[in-house]
Amino acid sequence: MTYILGISAFYHDSAACILKDGNIIAAAQEERFTRIKHDPRYPYNAIEFVLKFANLKLREVDKIVFFEKPFLKFERLLETYVAFAPKGFVSFTKAMPLWIKEKLFQKNLLFNKLKSHDEKYKTDENIFFSDHHLSHAASAFFPSPFDEAVVLTADGVGEWATTTVAVGKDNNLEIKKEIHFPHSLGLLYSAFTYYLGFKVNSGEYKLMGLAPYGTPIYEGKIKKLIDIKDDGTFRLNQKYFNYATGLTMTSNKFNQLFGQNPRNPKNEKITQFHMDIAASIQKVTEEIMVKLAKAIRKEYGIKNLCLAGGVALNCVANGKILQEKIFENIWIQPAAGDAGGSLGAALALWYIEYGNTRKVNLNDDMNGSHLGNEFSQEEIEQELKNVGANFQILKYEDLIEKTSKLLSQEKAIGWFQGRMEFGPRALGNRSILGDPRSDKMQKNLNLKVKYRESFRPFAPSVLREDLPEWFDINVDSPYMLLVANINPNKTIEMTDDEKKLFGIDKLNIKKSQIPAVTHVDYSARIQTVTKKKNNRYYDLILKFKEKTGCPVIVNTSFNVRGEPIVNSPTDAFNCFMGTELDYLVIGDCILDKTKQNPDLKKDYTKEFELD
Amino acid sequence: MSFIKEFWEFLKVRKKYWLLPIIFVLVLFGGLIVLTQGSAVAPFIYTIF
Repeated sequence: MTYILGISAFYHDSAACILKDGNIIAAAQEERFTRIKHDPRYPYNAIEFVLKFANLKLREVDKIVFFEKPFLKFERLLETYVAFAPKGFVSFTKAMPLWIKEKLFQKNLLFNKLKSHDEKYKTDENIFFSDHHLSHAASAFFPSPFDEAVVLTADGVGEWATTTVAVGKDNNLEIKKEIHFPHSLGLLYSAFTYYLGFKVNSGEYKLMGLAPYGTPIYEGKIKKLIDIKDDGTFRLNQKYFNYATGLTMTSNKFNQLFGQNPRNPKNEKITQFHMDIAASIQKVTEEIMVKLAKAIRKEYGIKNLCLAGGVALNCVANGKILQEKIFENIWIQPAAGDAGGSLGAALALWYIEYGNTRKVNLNDDMNGSHLGNEFSQEEIEQELKNVGANFQILKYEDLIEKTSKLLSQEKAIGWFQGRMEFGPRALGNRSILGDPRSDKMQKNLNLKVKYRESFRPFAPSVLREDLPEWFDINVDSPYMLLVANINPNKTIEMTDDEKKLFGIDKLNIKKSQIPAVTHVDYSARIQTVTKKKNNRYYDLILKFKEKTGCPVIVNTSFNVRGEPIVNSPTDAFNCFMGTELDYLVIGDCILDKTKQNPDLKKDYTKEFELD
Repeated sequence: MSFIKEFWEFLKVRKKYWLLPIIFVLVLFGGLIVLTQGSAVAPFIYTIF
């Protein structure tokens, strides 16, 4: 048996995973344990979890691999400061002490931290370092259902690379070309996230959600910032940006170009201007991704595409690549951000470095991304008793029957089952569920349950076999990473008056038979559900369909704005009592809000810093 | 010591010997910061108060 521990840490989304003879046994993000969103610290709890899950002591782990190379990153920092000097001195004085004290000696730092898991762990000779984008590419290719694929990765920045193209075949994966810092699609998108007053590294989803409310009238201006070639490669004009050497994303010149300063989220509302900016940058991002995809399809002649890196979480752009039919098949790593780097680093070591044979799994190797923590029925009952919950235990059939009935009565339900998801999406194990047919569900869930902006859309979970009847695609999308349109026969035509509405006013129009999951442009971020990948969740939606004729339900992550997705039954109970969720289903237990002790209610709105 | 060896290997592979003087100065000042627990210029200034 060979065990490999993969670690990503120290920037954002720390995570750990464990491989046993190349098979992914467990993986989890640190934020779920510490309850700090995007926690960048050493993933002590995540490592403890994966070791415990694999029933291992750290000394029994054969290899430990970190997801990137600190020396290379340091080289990039130094060269950037030299290239821009004397500009960037303030940033330099802030960054260097951190590096000289700690980050440069990361092997030593890791070794010292690792010793805290097992006092008998004695040597750092089994610690290895992967490359940031190789880790991303490996996380996309090796678990994919393809024996051969071209792999496109794009994110903010790793060591030097910001975008890479790799070719994977069997157990080999080779990076063919790279675009280097400071030219970065991820950082371009983040610059606009910052400009619109959202938090960089987490507000990108909001920008994407806001885009359909606007018109891309600033596309021409954005193209002054970026020179896009026919093959999708690009260069950013650094005069407009400040991230390479400064402490903000954009420069004054950027603000002058668009005629406004960055929005201050504390006292400035989102206006049509911001929506138009969002629409414009989203359009440019899609153009680049589609051009890149077309160019690499032509160059390598391979019919399969794998995607990873933070930009691969832009499901609208992914949907466009699919729509254009550039590749026959697309597979996207569900933990496409840096958390998935831990997984990719471990897989790269197993396959590329040690040359082990790879057996392709046609259903992919991610186990539906259900790689995290799980709790037995006894553990759930014990935890619920400890927190003073009033609950009822039901037989499986009764539980499915009752939950589907409550859903059809427009109740908002917390749904906690099986193993936690790895990656940013809740896929039916740590989810909040609702009836998509309800007119008021989107607003209610946003404002009363999730405490987030009313414009943000919700995603549908749909039975795989019913997908083509409701949406205009017919491919698997188990990880909610593809956007498609609702079929015209399910939509509701807008009246002439409604067509004249602008921006957020469009939100209140009933757009389809499933308005809660229909975005203003009739699109939806789809999760397909199969019995094989998630039996319980499938049975629930099937029962809901039997009752209502609708094979779709609303699925949003089980958390409030700014909170990491719930990890334990206690987290779930706290979230349940702090929001206006009506019911909570954990394992075979069901909790009715009206039957809980009112003293246990919490003011949850101030528990987490808003993102 | 293993750090210095590894870093030297890294510079060799990357052929980035010109980074060495920068790193040398940085480590020197960094070391002074750690040793004096304060400003790196402190050891070079005559304290008059």
